[in-house]
Amino acid sequence: MLFRNQYDNDVTVWSPQGRLHQVEYAMEAVKQGSATVGVKSSSHAVLVALKRASSELAAHQKKIMPIDKHIAVSISGLTADARVLSRFMRTECLNEQFAHNQALSLNKLMERVGAKMQIATQRYDKRPYGVGLLLAGFDEDGPHIYQTCPSANYYDCQAMAIGARSQSARTYLERHLDEFRSSTREELIRHALRALRDTLPNDVELTNKNCSIAIVGKGEDLSIYDDDDVNPYLEGLDQEERRGGAGGARDAQPPAAPTAAAEEDDAASAPPPPPTDEQPQGDSMETD
Amino acid sequence: MAVPGVCLQDFPLWSGGPTPGHFYNFPGNSKMNTGKSHTMYPSTSGTSVVGLVYDGGVMLAADSLGSYGSLARFRDVKRLFKVTDKAALACSGDIADYQFIREVIEQKVRDDVCGGYTRELNAGALHCWLTRVLYNRRSRFDPLWLECVVAGYKDDEPFLGYVDKIGTAFEAKEVATGFGLHFAVPMIREAREKKQNLSCDEARKLLTECLKVLYYRDCRAHFKYQLADITPEGVTIHDDLNLKKETNWEVANYISGYE
Repeated sequence: MLFRNQYDNDVTVWSPQGRLHQVEYAMEAVKQGSATVGVKSSSHAVLVALKRASSELAAHQKKIMPIDKHIAVSISGLTADARVLSRFMRTECLNEQFAHNQALSLNKLMERVGAKMQIATQRYDKRPYGVGLLLAGFDEDGPHIYQTCPSANYYDCQAMAIGARSQSARTYLERHLDEFRSSTREELIRHALRALRDTLPNDVELTNKNCSIAIVGKGEDLSIYDDDDVNPYLEGLDQEERRGGAGGARDAQPPAAPTAAAEEDDAASAPPPPPTDEQPQGDSMETD
Repeated sequence: MAVPGVCLQDFPLWSGGPTPGHFYNFPGNSKMNTGKSHTMYPSTSGTSVVGLVYDGGVMLAADSLGSYGSLARFRDVKRLFKVTDKAALACSGDIADYQFIREVIEQKVRDDVCGGYTRELNAGALHCWLTRVLYNRRSRFDPLWLECVVAGYKDDEPFLGYVDKIGTAFEAKEVATGFGLHFAVPMIREAREKKQNLSCDEARKLLTECLKVLYYRDCRAHFKYQLADITPEGVTIHDDLNLKKETNWEVANYISGYE
């Protein structure tokens, strides 16, 4: 139960139950961001993300950031924190190119990111990074999908979804897990888009405005598709039947209505998060 | 202001700032103006290293002498070492600097192993890294007095590279340092003109021949040597090889004064 208590002011304070509440609250921020899905086959790794516009006047916020020719990252949570981590990852990749004339291996990068994020969970003068990342990359060991949490844990995944209403996407991914390894490039993107679509309410569709795709793989440098470039992959998708589309009244504003998000299970922490009792204060923290 | 015999040192108008007639160390720039100077000559040094690419791998050879000027002081110095299964390094120049960089590289490899990384350091990455380190040291006027040869594999392709104390770096099919550059490299090139791809035995014979010529002609060379053979399977180092028996010093008898 995520209630206010006397052990949750400082990240350096343990609760009697052995929990760091500040870290768990940080993970709530990830769930406020819009959904993003990552999948890999034996040859490619794909990220798709749902872009959110803070108002009708604003452009949809970019969710997928290129890190190197072989790595892209999709964010969910505090965008500003995500940019700091992206910049760190980019400099690590550049340093590897400069000093060793080779592309940085994904497992090396994840160790460094994990170590950096962990510092913020153990110092009294810092706070945990309020962003979850999905990394897609291709290196000498093949394609990779990694997930990171504000707790500084990182997970090597075959497929993963994070963000608001991502449980529906994870359900889709679990159902089709055996098909991914042998999927072709196009089939893989399709799977990811279908999983992403399952996080949308019934009246909302994936369009070229709110959808981003990134793909990297064997013999293929990173490509990120936005706007019109997404069209060929969305073709015919809305004709397909949705399975387990998340129903109920829900608006696409950054502070999502907490009641319907109750069924989500966070992969990282032990206790399943219940509905938050307080409505998070809105747009002072740009979560996307 | 210009009172003769009186300077700002005696009557300071300010402290911690620039003084006319004196060097001023700008904040943040700790190294440049301290007046410290570094050793700019090697003490115990090694002579040539020779390497060549053959059909099926790369071979590297270096003799086992640490010279103290013209004194053949240490006759069992191992100047060649295996970095990983994909790379070997041999250095000529200052032995202390070689031992230092060897420790640093060994630690680098250990860090990779402890981190559980699947990709071990290959010859291309080592060559690039060494170039950056040596160039940086020279730019700080504190060089590692070395001429290195990196041999091994990079992405399944045989790799042979040269890096020196001023940061010059290049890759080639045959590479040598010091006197080897003048004696051995032309020998190897001549052999390649006759036959492009050398087999393992031919390469070994050629390399041994190069070292023999160097022993005849280079005053700082010795007959004990090491040879490294890098193939896709890994690195094999042959230690304590001796070419004294193959050398012919009969000509010494014709020199007057030789007993």
